[in-house]
Order: sequence, then C-alpha cells, then structure tokens
Amino acid sequence: MADARLYGSDLTLAYDQRVVATELSVAIPDRSFTVIIGPNACGKSTLLRALARMLKPKTGAVHLDGGVITALPSKEVARRLGLLPQSSIVPDGITVADLVSRGRYPHQRLMRQWSKADEAAVTEAMRATSVTELSDRIVDELSGGQRQRVWLAMALAQETPILLLDEPTTFLDIAHQIEVLDLCADLHEAGRTMVAVLHDLNQACRYATHLIVMRDGQVVAEGDPGDVITPGLVERVFDLRCEIIPDPQSGTPLVVPEHRRRVTSPA
Amino acid sequence: MTVRVGPWSVRLAPRALLTGVLLLLVACAVAVVAISTGEFTVPVPDVLAALFGEGTPVAELIVGKLRAPRVVTGLLVGAAFGVSGAIFQSLTRNPLGSPDFIGFTAGASTGGIIAVVAGGSAMAVAGGALTGCVITALLVYGMAFRRGVQGYRLVLVGIGANALLLAVNSYLLTRANINDAATAGAWLTGSLGGRGWEHAIPVALALAVLLPVGASLARPLRMIEMGDDAARSMGIGVERVRAAAVVTGVLLCGVAVAAAGPVVFVALAAPQLARRLTRSPGVTLASSALMGAVLLTVSDLAAQRVLAPTQLPVGVVTAAIGGTYLALLLRKDRY
Repeated sequence: MADARLYGSDLTLAYDQRVVATELSVAIPDRSFTVIIGPNACGKSTLLRALARMLKPKTGAVHLDGGVITALPSKEVARRLGLLPQSSIVPDGITVADLVSRGRYPHQRLMRQWSKADEAAVTEAMRATSVTELSDRIVDELSGGQRQRVWLAMALAQETPILLLDEPTTFLDIAHQIEVLDLCADLHEAGRTMVAVLHDLNQACRYATHLIVMRDGQVVAEGDPGDVITPGLVERVFDLRCEIIPDPQSGTPLVVPEHRRRVTSPA
Repeated sequence: MTVRVGPWSVRLAPRALLTGVLLLLVACAVAVVAISTGEFTVPVPDVLAALFGEGTPVAELIVGKLRAPRVVTGLLVGAAFGVSGAIFQSLTRNPLGSPDFIGFTAGASTGGIIAVVAGGSAMAVAGGALTGCVITALLVYGMAFRRGVQGYRLVLVGIGANALLLAVNSYLLTRANINDAATAGAWLTGSLGGRGWEHAIPVALALAVLLPVGASLARPLRMIEMGDDAARSMGIGVERVRAAAVVTGVLLCGVAVAAAGPVVFVALAAPQLARRLTRSPGVTLASSALMGAVLLTVSDLAAQRVLAPTQLPVGVVTAAIGGTYLALLLRKDRY
C-alpha cells in the first residue's frame, strides 16, 4: 500500500457527529483509472473528498507522496492532485477561456499571474476537451455536456498527475456521459492517475482498470472489474439479483438485473 | 492582456482598465467642479494656488478648510463602501449580501445613535459607529458559522439582524429627547456636510492599510465564488481567506459610517455598476472602489447644488442616483 502515491489508512470519516466510515484503508494504484462504486450513502463520495483533502479524517490519514496530505502546503498539493467537485458554481458572465485559466491558480503568484507555461497549459487543456471553439462563449449559456467539458478543462489546466472526479457524469444524457468518460480514458492513457466516483456499474466496468466496491463505509472488494464483479457481489452490495454477461462491445462484465416478472410470451 | 517584465507577469482586462481610467477621470472632474464652483466661485488655477498655500485668504478658507476636505472625505468613504460591498457580495455570491442589508450598517447606526443620545462628541459618534459595526459583524458571523460560513446563511442571519437593529434604532430615537433625536436623525441619513480634514485623515489612514489587504484577497475571493471545494482543491485556505475578507470588509464599512454616517446604497450599487461596466465575471474590488468614490462624490455634488440654496444630505441622493443608474443598466442586462 505504501508504495502508491495516494493512499488512506485507518480512516474514520465523519461529518460532525455522523460517522460515515471507520477503519477504512484504500490505496490508489499509480497510473490506474480507479473507479469507486457502491449504493447511495455508502461513503464513496466522502472517501473521494477525504482523498482530495476536502474532509479531514477524524483518525487515520491520507498520504500523498509519503507525506500526510493535510500537513502538506495546500498549494503544493494542488499542483499534484486535482479535484472536479460534484457541483461548482459558474461565476456570472464568465467566458470559457477565463474559467479554464482559473485552473492555473496553484501555479501562480500575485506577481506571476500569467506565465507562458500558464498559457500553454490552458491552450492544451481546451484542445484536449474540445472546447477551443467555445473559448469566447459565456459558460452559463452552454449545454450541460459542454459545461462539464469546460470544468474538466479547468481541472486539466491545473496539470496535476492525479485527478479525482466526483460523479462527473451526473446530470448528463447518455451520449454526453460516454463523451466525458472517453475523455477520462484518454487522459488516463496519456499517463494520468484518474479516480472517479460513478453510479453506473456497466460504465464503471468498461472504463476502470481498478475497481473499488463500497458498502456501509467499507471496501467490500477491489481489483480488476472482470475479477470483482460477480452476481454474488452485486447482490451482496446492491441487494440486486442479476446475471452477468460479457459486454458485446468491450468484453467487460455487463450487469443485467433480474426481471421482476418472467417473460411468458414473445412480443 | 498580459504585461510581462522578466519573471513577473500581471494580467489585465482591457475593458476593466479602460473603465478604471474613465472612472478616475470622472472622479477628478467631479472633485474639481465641487471645489471650484458653488456660491463663491474659485477659478481652477486659484484652487491649486490655494491648496499649496499661495492663494488669497478667502480662497484658502473655502478651498482648504471647507470644500477640499469634504470632497476628499467623499472620495475615500465612497471607495470604502464600494470595496466593502464588493467583498460581501463576493462572499455571499449575492448582491443582497451588501453591508446595508446584512445588518452591519444598521449596527453601526445603533452605535452612532447611542453615542448621540449619551451626549458624545462627533469623535464619540464615529467611535460608536465603528464599534457597533464590528460587534454586529461578530454576532452575525458567529450565528451564521456552522462548519464554515455559507453565503446564504450569512445573508439570512444578516437580514434578521438588520430588522432587529432597525427596530432598536427606532426605539432609541423615540426615547431620546427632541434635540438628540434631530441630531441622530440627520446623522442617520448620511452626510458629508461640514467634514474637515479631521474626518478625511483617519479614513485615509484606514484605507492605506485595508485596501492593500483587500487587493491581496481579490484573487482567492474570486476562486471561492466557484464554491468551497473548487477553491480548496486549488490550494486556497478557504476559511482563512474568508475570515480575513470579513474583517477587512467590516472595518471598511465601519470606518466609512464613522466618517459620513450610514449612507445607503453605495455599497450595494457600486460593485454591481462596476461589474456591468467592466463586464468582468464576478465582483471586482478595484473598480468597485473607484465606482463607490464617483457615486458618492457625484451624489454629494448633486445634494449641494440641485435644490440650492437648500442643502440635501448625500444619503438622500445616493439612492436616487445609484438606483436610477442601476435600473438603466439592468434594463439592457445580458447577464
């Protein structure tokens, strides 16, 4: 575990008095596309927020590159680890280019507000997310899918080797979900460590190189999706009886929930 | 637009820069008109001579003792209200998060009235206003705090405090004797009448400290407008920045009320007007300062001249001018 750049050990995670997880240990394999899944309120977003130092564990610690993450200078962490929060607020009247360039904040100082490296990073981030043509548009006026790409571009401009995404596909239609996940897969292939919380099991199996399955604040199983996802596990974690078949497109596990009524006659 | 000198670089938005320069020119023009014209006209060259102690005794009295300090106080107080409003609107992500609405100005008024009723000097009234503002802010911030301060909680708690304090202020006025009530009533409208250098200099000193602090908070504040998690993930100490911004904003508001009374509307309107003129996203501190200065001095000039020889308190005019201007800008609003 300790050889991973990012890991949490013996974490107790709580909001005020409400304890979400205890004795939780998890490591993010370097250069993996790790996906965290689990039923609602299982603590997956809470774990992601703890990994991103948004939430300080009551006990235990999250480590980044050997140091306790909450003890490292926050701006220094922000150059190594980025987060796309579940919901962010679009400032009134901001343009796409302006918003993306805000991702450079951890690299800037009061007297070094816009270096050539900043400019290059923003240009590249907008290219990678295909928002270059939108650069002068007002973010508020974009569609949900475009807006999510812009937020991703901002996180990319931060140029962090590790990127955490909290439910990046919520509120998107299926085509835009796939678009965002394909983009994440590209970023993973380009050498980044990606960690995402997702709801859709089949998407998780398709894109993850490492799957973490949670329930009631505990990690129930982790590893390659093909090894981890079995009918027994899905029933144990989600209380759902299902069949698992290979995804005809990717060969990864495809979860087919059991039908409530047997089909008696063909339509 | 980027200005680079060696390893240093500063980012400037051309439109914001142009707006800033224009506002600065308007402020200078208004200052010149306010100082040289009036019941006794002092030609512009004589104004300069008088300011440098080389004019006629009459010109020196009118310019140096009466008009110049009033204009300078107006510029500084307007800037203080403008920045204070910008800070709180940014923190609450809400135009209604201005100190006029969330009780800080009302709290300053309470402090001022108590000082008037207690028979205090002008200095005591100023001190009362500043104290009232700070105490109110502490209470509102303390009540709004729950795992950090959320903008909407600050607005809600502030609006409650505002209503309560306005009631307290009315009660105090009904209990005061007629003379004190009249003095307090005049002060409550907000006025720049009779302001001398003894008013201008403390404000100038306060701004010399608070404006640089505000400037250093401007960039992290803009990031916090995107949400606490977004800002934190960029390496910003959100609660620390927010606390520093609250202290700065409260002191600016308190100092401004201490010098000119609780002038309404400048803190609300200046940041909104500035934002629409510069077309910059979110609230900007520098242009809000300039806009506040222009708004207050223009209003004061109008207050002195429109119904001359009747002199209106500036607080009557800020609402009229600022409100009309804001309504006009909102009509063709694209945001």
